[in-house]
This record gives sequence, structure tokens and C-alpha cells, in this order.
Amino acid sequence: MELVLNEEQTMLAQTVKEFIKDNSPVTRMRKLRDDRDMLGYSKDVWKQMADLGWTAILFSEEDGGLGLGMAETVLVTEAMGRNLAPEPFISCIMLAGQAIAQGGSKELREEWLTPIIAGDKVLAVGYQEKGKRYDIRNIGTSAVKGADGYVLNGEKTQVVDGYGADAVIVSARTSGKDGDADGITLFLIPKDAAGMTVTRQWRLDSKNVAQVQLKDVKVPAANVVGEVDKGGALLAKVIDLATVALCGEMLGGMSSAFDRMLAYMKERVQFNVVIGSFQALKHRAAKMYMEVELSRSVVMAAARAVDENHKDKDIFISTAKARCSDAYIAITNEAVQIFGGNGMTDEEEIGFYMKRARAAEMTFGDATFHKDRFAALKGY
Amino acid sequence: MADLEEFRASVRSWLEANAPKSLRGKMRDPAAAFWGGKKTPLPYPDSRPWLDMMAERGWTIPFWPKEYGGGGLDKEETKILNEELARLELPPPLTGFGITMIGPTILQYGTEEQKKLYIPQIIKGEIRWCQGYSEPNAGSDLANVQLKAVVDGDDYILNGQKTWTSFGDLSDWMFLLVRSNPDVKKQAGITFLLTDLDLPGVEIRPIKLISGASPFCEVFFEDVRVPRHQILNRVDGGWEVARALLGHERTMIANTFGGRQSAAESPENPMEAAAKKYIGLKDGKLVDDAVRQRMAQNQIDEQSFLLTVQRNGDNVKAGHRPGPETSIFKVYGTELNQRRQELMLSIVGPESLGWEGDGFEKSELDLTRVWLRSRGNTLEGGSSEIQLNIIAKQVLGLPD
Repeated sequence: MELVLNEEQTMLAQTVKEFIKDNSPVTRMRKLRDDRDMLGYSKDVWKQMADLGWTAILFSEEDGGLGLGMAETVLVTEAMGRNLAPEPFISCIMLAGQAIAQGGSKELREEWLTPIIAGDKVLAVGYQEKGKRYDIRNIGTSAVKGADGYVLNGEKTQVVDGYGADAVIVSARTSGKDGDADGITLFLIPKDAAGMTVTRQWRLDSKNVAQVQLKDVKVPAANVVGEVDKGGALLAKVIDLATVALCGEMLGGMSSAFDRMLAYMKERVQFNVVIGSFQALKHRAAKMYMEVELSRSVVMAAARAVDENHKDKDIFISTAKARCSDAYIAITNEAVQIFGGNGMTDEEEIGFYMKRARAAEMTFGDATFHKDRFAALKGY
Repeated sequence: MADLEEFRASVRSWLEANAPKSLRGKMRDPAAAFWGGKKTPLPYPDSRPWLDMMAERGWTIPFWPKEYGGGGLDKEETKILNEELARLELPPPLTGFGITMIGPTILQYGTEEQKKLYIPQIIKGEIRWCQGYSEPNAGSDLANVQLKAVVDGDDYILNGQKTWTSFGDLSDWMFLLVRSNPDVKKQAGITFLLTDLDLPGVEIRPIKLISGASPFCEVFFEDVRVPRHQILNRVDGGWEVARALLGHERTMIANTFGGRQSAAESPENPMEAAAKKYIGLKDGKLVDDAVRQRMAQNQIDEQSFLLTVQRNGDNVKAGHRPGPETSIFKVYGTELNQRRQELMLSIVGPESLGWEGDGFEKSELDLTRVWLRSRGNTLEGGSSEIQLNIIAKQVLGLPD
């Protein structure tokens, strides 16, 4: 792999960065929060991003996409991460869209992928359950086969962009027991399905997340995404892709937090000098700078490893998620410290990054989870 | 292109006919690197003829100008030569500070006479050079060098001491910073000088380290007479030369790291082997979960670092200038190595305490020394604290 942007990628990065800068300052995210906006993102901005082609990047040309890769995808999420743009890229494009593209029947693909790519419909994936932490094989939700399809019961939590979604894809156990890799099936449930209740949850990072309660929800067999009992592998594969995209977002977020910290060090005066002249702070800044550079390398490598179907791609993915999780948290913690009392105020935007760092860390497995996975993949 | 293919064919046939068979396959053997000079023992009997035949063509440093004895090859030809050397897994015929540090600096600052005199000797490996920078009171504060140089006729008379001189005892010549003017700002009174170490008045004493090894020396100068024409750049213009040389040294460090494979691709890992041997697996997992997490962290750090080195290399290959990320190589690479050695001690446990003699395996005794030696990594070549200062100032633009 080559860890360098080609001409097209450089142009894409530039275009997304400028779009986000012009259309999505952090004040936009603040306003959505202050208004307690139920959707938590802007359908208009999302539609514009789709019109620019960014939602199409990863889909095949056959499905109406551009047939590009993760190397391009992370450029989009990085730019979004810089300004904490809350649009449903990871939930709808990376999770739901990829689940349908990689596992969905021809009918499901035709019905859903076109409006997803066009930015007209938003789908979410409910895989997380309360108290089950990061192992996606731990599923309390059940799906029982009946005469005409399946009956689902259970509850999903913190379903990202689940509120207002046109459909939710949920994981449910069709056979086996908690912790088994086999026996998991993915079901696509349209928003008006009887027995499904979607309740907005409010999280520290102000993202749209929802509790999805399923009470005797009937789902036709045609709405199974992928194969019955084999949905665990599909879900894992899609989450791996989404993890790389999320690492891109985290790289953007930590870069922005670092830049803000550095700018503050150059303007804040104490003892008649700017605080950036103090060696104790300089060394901390230099160390955080190293973390940003290392994170950039692992994100680029993970994206390319996926694109090349590298034999060690899982190792690259866990390396990226572990590093970005630790780095994003370390940098935002340091930034709040260096911003001093200002960093503790709601008015100063740095706090938004610290909150998002925590939420991103605990999405798709935290640093400890990925170090454990790294060790297992290495055979120790 | 046809010319290049012709060049490749001629290099290939010449190497196959002449390169010593005994050295083939030794490309990655660290012991096969010959540092040249009159005092360094030959790594292998064939190291000398190998050096001589390559030097004759100027191929010890193939891209240096022909007029001073270099190979005069362009970028493409140099690449082809390296590929052909790699094809036979041949070690480089010559290594050392002549090639990586003082040679490029003489080419940059030397007079025509100096280039004609020194460059051919460097190319032929006749002189082994050492670096005379650090002094007892000039470590991180390098500009504080005090070794006195006083003009006397056509000579300088040197009095003072250098220290932490790598392989001073095996070197023939030294390039050094001397105090030529004590009455101006520190940086403005330093001159860059080249000197023969066999002159009367020079005394070299190895320093014994905590690891037991002695790769460094103290070098004492007592009324040593060095001809004035052996200065590089102008009188009192040594600081500028020292900074330029540092740039050449950084490129060398980057090249050294850049030559390594990425962690995910290396075939066997000594740390994993040690962990399995000393700690053991149960159900495929290391029994000590804390060590297991530290190992994963260490390998993730290593992979992140190697990928960053690769990213820099790929950027340069793509025609971009080296990015600011190069500034992190020294501090991160050395601290990573220290963490690795610390972790190795934790893995090996009480067997890592051996110093010598019976009851310890060779690998255990080696580990003890390697760990102790690694503590110096963050001191030599600019301490970590100095590196962080450099990043803060030159990359991040933070004020003094």
C-alpha cells in the first residue's frame, strides 16, 4: 500500500473540507442541540452532501454508486469530524447501506439503495443492547419463525440516527445462545411496523440516538438482510468498515481539537507572555502533535488495507481504532486543561470535542476491546 | 529507457561475475557493515576486496559526482544499482559517518581543494570519521562548546575535551566544533574543524557504560596543532555547518527506519516468542492479561510508528517534500524502543537479571545489556527534551 493521496483524493479532501467549513461550522451543531432538534442533523445538508456524490463513494456502480473505496471514504468522515458535522454518514451509509449492499437481496437493494444514496431516505442499524457492552454476539432480542415470516421481541439502545429513520435494521437471535457467532439474523423493519417504538435518547455528544423497542413485531422473510443465522458475520464485516470510517471522523476531530489548543497557546497571555512559551506546555503540545501524526498514518493504512483486502486488514483496523480512541481522548483532555477555566464553559467549543471523543471511543469497541482483539489476531 | 535497461544488464553481469560469493545473502546482517578506516577490524575476509572493487567504480556512494571519485549515477541508475545489489542480497560495501554526515557536508561547504582531498578518501573507505560535538558542559546545550582553538601561525592549537564520541577509539579522523571566539554570542564563536586523531597530544579513553559495553569515548586534546586550512566554512561559521550536518543525519535516521518492514508484515516477532516461552498461553491467550495488553499496546505503537515512517517515504517518492512528521521520528522511535525493552524484561522476568556466567541463556544475558543500552537512546543525538523543543518551535511555531 502507498500511504499518500493521489490527485483525485487530494481534490476530494479539499472539496469536502471547504464544504464543511462553509456549511457546517460547529455553531450549527450547537444550535441543533440548543433547539433540542429531534433529528439532530439537517436533512438539507445531508441532501447537499448526497448531491455532491459523497454518499455514493463506497457503493458499486451496479448499485448506483461510484465504486471507490475506504481511502476516499475516510476523507469525507475526516472533514465531517473536524467540525462535528452530525449528518448520518456512518449510520446510514456505512452500516445500513453496506449491510444491504453486501447482504441484501436484489429486491432490498433496488428498493433501498437508490434513496439511501440520493439522501432521500435514512436508515439505521440497531445492534447494541443495554448492558451488553461491545460484543455484538451478545443479543437478547429474539426472532421466532412463524407461518408468514418472523416475530421479533427485544430492545436496542443508542441506535445512532434511529430516531426518524425510514427503517431500522436490527440484529436478533434466531438460534443458539448469547455469545454464539452463529444464529444471528439481520432484519429490516420499516418505521411504521406495528409493535416497534422508537424513542429519542439524549447523549452527551448530542447525536441522534434512539431506543428501539420491539414487541411482537412481524417481519416478512423477504426483509432478512443476508442469510438466516449468518447475520453475525455480515454485521461484523459492516461494523469493521464503519469502524474505519469512524476512525477518519476521530482523526478529523482530534486534528481540530489540537489546532484549537495550539491557537489558544499562542494567544492566551499570563505572566505577561503567551502561555505557549512555557516549556511544560510546549512538550505536552509536541506529544499531542505526535499522536495526531501517528493517528493519520494508521487511519490511512486501515482504509487501504480494507481496499486491498490485505490479509492483515483486521489487525490494521484494530490498530486504528485503538490508537484513535486513545489519542482523541488524550488530546481533548489536554486541550481542555490548556484552555483552563474557559475550557470548562459551555460557550467554548472545545468541550464538544471532548464529549464526542468519549462517544466515538465507545462506539464499535473501545481501545481496550481493540487491543484485546489485536492480541487475539496475533495469536496471543 | 533502453539505456537504463542496458545499464541494469551491465550492472547485473558485473555483480554476478565479481561480487564475492561469501557475502551474498548478507544484506541484512548488521555485522557485515564495514565502517572503513585503518583501525576497524574487517567483518569478513571478503569485505576488503568487495569495498575496493565497488570504490573503484565510485559505487560505495554511487550518486556522488564523478570528479571526486563518486559513481556519478543519477536517481534512476542509483535505484537500479540498489535493486541489483538487493537481488544478490549483498551488504553495502561501506557505511559510516563519512557517507552519511561529513561527506555531504564537505560537498556543501568545502573548498575545491578540500573536496578533492577528502571526498575520494571517504569513497574508498580509507578514513573512518567520528563526531566531536558533545563536551562535559555541552550536551543538550551544544552551543556551549568550550574546546579552545587558538591561532598560532598556520595552525590552531587545540586544548580541551570531547566526550560521548561514538567509536572514537576506532576512528582515524574527527570532525569537531571548537571555541574560536569566546567574546561573542555562543553560536557566533564556533568553528567547524577536521582533524587527524593520530596527532601528538590526542588521547582517547573508552567510557564504560552501565551495560558493560564501551561504544563511546572521551577524547582529550592537549596542545594539538591542526593546520588552519582544515576548517570547513569560514572562521566562527561552524554553527551553521553543524546545523546543516544535523539535516544530513536526520535523513540518515529516517532512511534507517524506513528500510524496515511494517510490523504487520514481519514474519516472526521476538517479543511474541518470548511471551509464549516465559509466560505461556492458556486457551490461546497469554496467562498474564496485564502483559498481554501492554504487548498489544507496544505492537500497536510500533506499527503506528512504522506506518508513519512509511507515509513519509511514500510522500517523498510521490515528489512531495518531507512533511513535518519527520520531526517525530527520533523522539518517538527511541522512546518506543525503550518501552519495548522494558516490556521484554517484564516478559522474561527474573531470568532477565543475569549479568554473565552460568545459569542464564545467552538471549537472557543479551537482553539485560540491550535494555541498559536502550536507556541512552533518548539522550544521544539530541535528548528527547531537545527534540520536543524542536517540534514545538519549528513545527508548531510556539515562541521562545
